Amino acid sequence: MKRRQFVHALGAGSALGSAALVAGCATPAAGSGPRVVVVGGGYGGATAAKYIRMWSDQGIQVTLVEPNASFVSCPMSNLVIGGSKTIAEVTTPYDNLVKRHGVNLVRDTVTAIDPERKVVRLGSGAELPWDRLVLSPGVDFMWEKLPGMTRPGAQDRVLHAWKAGPQTVALRKQLEAMPDGSVYAISIPLAPYRCPPGPYERACQVAHYFSKAKPRSKVLILDANDDVISKGALFKKAWADRYAKIIEYRPKHTLADVDVAQMTLKFEFNDDLKADVLNVVPDMRAGEIAVKSGLATANKRWCEVDWLTFESKAMKGVHVLGDSIQIAPLMPKSAHMANQHGKTCAAAIVALLTGKEPNPLPIYNNTCYSFVTDADVIHVSSVHRYDAVQKTMLTVAGSGGVSSSANVAEGSIARGWADNIWADTLA
Amino acid sequence: MKLRILIPAMLAAACSSAFAQTPDAHQVRSWAASCSNCHGTQGRALEGMDPLAGVDREKLLKKLLDFKNGRQNATIMHQLSKGYSDEQLAAIAGWFAAQKP
Repeated sequence: MKRRQFVHALGAGSALGSAALVAGCATPAAGSGPRVVVVGGGYGGATAAKYIRMWSDQGIQVTLVEPNASFVSCPMSNLVIGGSKTIAEVTTPYDNLVKRHGVNLVRDTVTAIDPERKVVRLGSGAELPWDRLVLSPGVDFMWEKLPGMTRPGAQDRVLHAWKAGPQTVALRKQLEAMPDGSVYAISIPLAPYRCPPGPYERACQVAHYFSKAKPRSKVLILDANDDVISKGALFKKAWADRYAKIIEYRPKHTLADVDVAQMTLKFEFNDDLKADVLNVVPDMRAGEIAVKSGLATANKRWCEVDWLTFESKAMKGVHVLGDSIQIAPLMPKSAHMANQHGKTCAAAIVALLTGKEPNPLPIYNNTCYSFVTDADVIHVSSVHRYDAVQKTMLTVAGSGGVSSSANVAEGSIARGWADNIWADTLA
Repeated sequence: MKLRILIPAMLAAACSSAFAQTPDAHQVRSWAASCSNCHGTQGRALEGMDPLAGVDREKLLKKLLDFKNGRQNATIMHQLSKGYSDEQLAAIAGWFAAQKP
């Protein structure tokens, strides 16, 4: 649809559309057409920003609010910790969203949402108006459950490295600095958390590095869950076949606190555990702006949404994507899934702002690759379809599955997946 | 029935029923977009994945149905193709065929 037709469609559409058009005309320098503000430039938000521009034929103005200068991918970042990739290789600038798609990029954070006046307030104090607001704020860490981690300097010494960036590089440096014969311990929270197989992949990557460079060192996995929660049989086979002398897996270890001075993990029911490098992946909830705006209605942690539009069930006109949402049954908090949320939401927002019905039958897939060495990979896949009776996304019976075994063919496919999803999200 | 006869018969069935109740164009575009994570925006893939834009509709549909019915080995597509009806696969194949490579 060309711009002229798009504007015409708006005029014929809702009162909201007409009002937005008038407001747009009043500020011609900033462009015209309805306005969407997207908060958070990760897999969900960046994809939504790009696809709203593309599918509205640039008829909808999109402003992306993101504090970071460039996008650092969590998927593939465990390879930086394992030493086979650099952080630069998992980093993509936001330039193409601006240059190719005309997304207005604002390097800032959103500090408040006013759903009555339909504005967000930025860290700078400025306000941005919107006709539809998209929140893709990722996860926040529930440090209040681990008092020792809230002490000054604690989080510089005991890393999570669960948001790719400086912590990823810092954890790699800790591993490089430790002498052979040391112990690396990773603590895994109860599901749900961002990237279910991620901690197990990380254990593989650290063990792979140890097997080459520090063969007397150990990897201890302390998992709050009853068992490995993703690709369990495949991970356990990789640990037994490749890292039997390095990796030890201990389920049912719920972390209660961290004594950072003593480098000791304290558990609810198990004995204390001291290690040389501690890696604590803490409990998570929706990103701060979603929680403090009252959108995290599920357990005060996750945001419930309408699966046809990703509109919040708590705040009209506000859509929530990615790791922040209360997931549907068997839906992972993954990058691939956040990208799918972004497109489903983009299509719905373009429809709603042009007076049309959102698509009635979303179907999308998830694929997730884990590196068990620097080359051998295992995957899990699933297909999710909207169920009009239960009003949620359900996996399609008979679809999806896992690899038969770790293999290098999937290693090259995983690299192809990364290049393509980065382009689909950002280019 | 021999496989050689079965495949065209199935293709014909899938195609005719897809035409019988054509899904909304925007709905099909969104189904196809869920392939783009791996196969590129609008099917224009980067190196390492098969591009889908401009691929002949019948050829692509046959491949998808072969994955779905276990006639073609795959690492992942045999699992994903089972999540879609033949009619949905036909609509998706038609959408990619119409895109500029």
